[in-house]
Amino acid sequence: MEAKKIEILTEQDIIAARSAGRDMARDLGFGSADQTRLATAISELTRNIIRYAGKGTCTLSDISNEQAITILVVAEDSGPGIEDIEQAMEFGFSTSKGLGAGLPGTKRLVSKFEIGSEPGHTVVTLELTKRKII
Amino acid sequence: MKIPILKLKDILITSIQIDLTDDEAIVFQTAVLAKVSETNVEGLVIDITALDVVDSFMARVLNDTATMVRLLGAEVVLCGMQPSVALTLIEMGRELIGVETALNLDQAVEKINELIKSRATTALKEKGS
Repeated sequence: MEAKKIEILTEQDIIAARSAGRDMARDLGFGSADQTRLATAISELTRNIIRYAGKGTCTLSDISNEQAITILVVAEDSGPGIEDIEQAMEFGFSTSKGLGAGLPGTKRLVSKFEIGSEPGHTVVTLELTKRKII
Repeated sequence: MKIPILKLKDILITSIQIDLTDDEAIVFQTAVLAKVSETNVEGLVIDITALDVVDSFMARVLNDTATMVRLLGAEVVLCGMQPSVALTLIEMGRELIGVETALNLDQAVEKINELIKSRATTALKEKGS
């Protein structure tokens, strides 16, 4: 399956990105709980793009191998960057009007979660994995 | 997209049928508050059966709306949450939802009427003592 790159420019794109994530998860055989986990995680990441950077991209790819089915999500922007990643990952911390549950909550939903940030470039990567039944 | 808010006797019933953007969610919140205030109802039921994603923002909007409506003096029950949405919300953090909930619309209406009744009884008792 080819990678799907979604431009995140407006709030409507948050919905488009999470629907695309849900569709991909369903097509690859993930159950409804995993579909919702992925859609919610994408929703959080793309909202952060709109809120903190104004615009960016969200790329979904199927990186499955023989043992496992995996969806890779890369959310990228050229905004101001996250000043203190450790603090951003604390539950309850928010520089905007959020609940402060976005990033730490997202991490709990997925198999793998990574943030890289410097002024002018932020990349959040996550993976949702399901073992193949052999 | 305007979400209908229907009045049924002493309560309002509304059902979110589409994925709302953040702005639309805030518009919905404002509309609900205005309607509660102008109709003088005693309760509000919000049905979210059709929502397949409730992220931290939507959770906050729902929580805040419930708190605001209670401040106005009416009761709130949320109903119809999808099992996978409940699962995701709890995994993200159990602080996210602090609203009275019910399985479906039937039970939500029953629950809200109980809440309204028990509030009236408490008020009466306070008056008597």
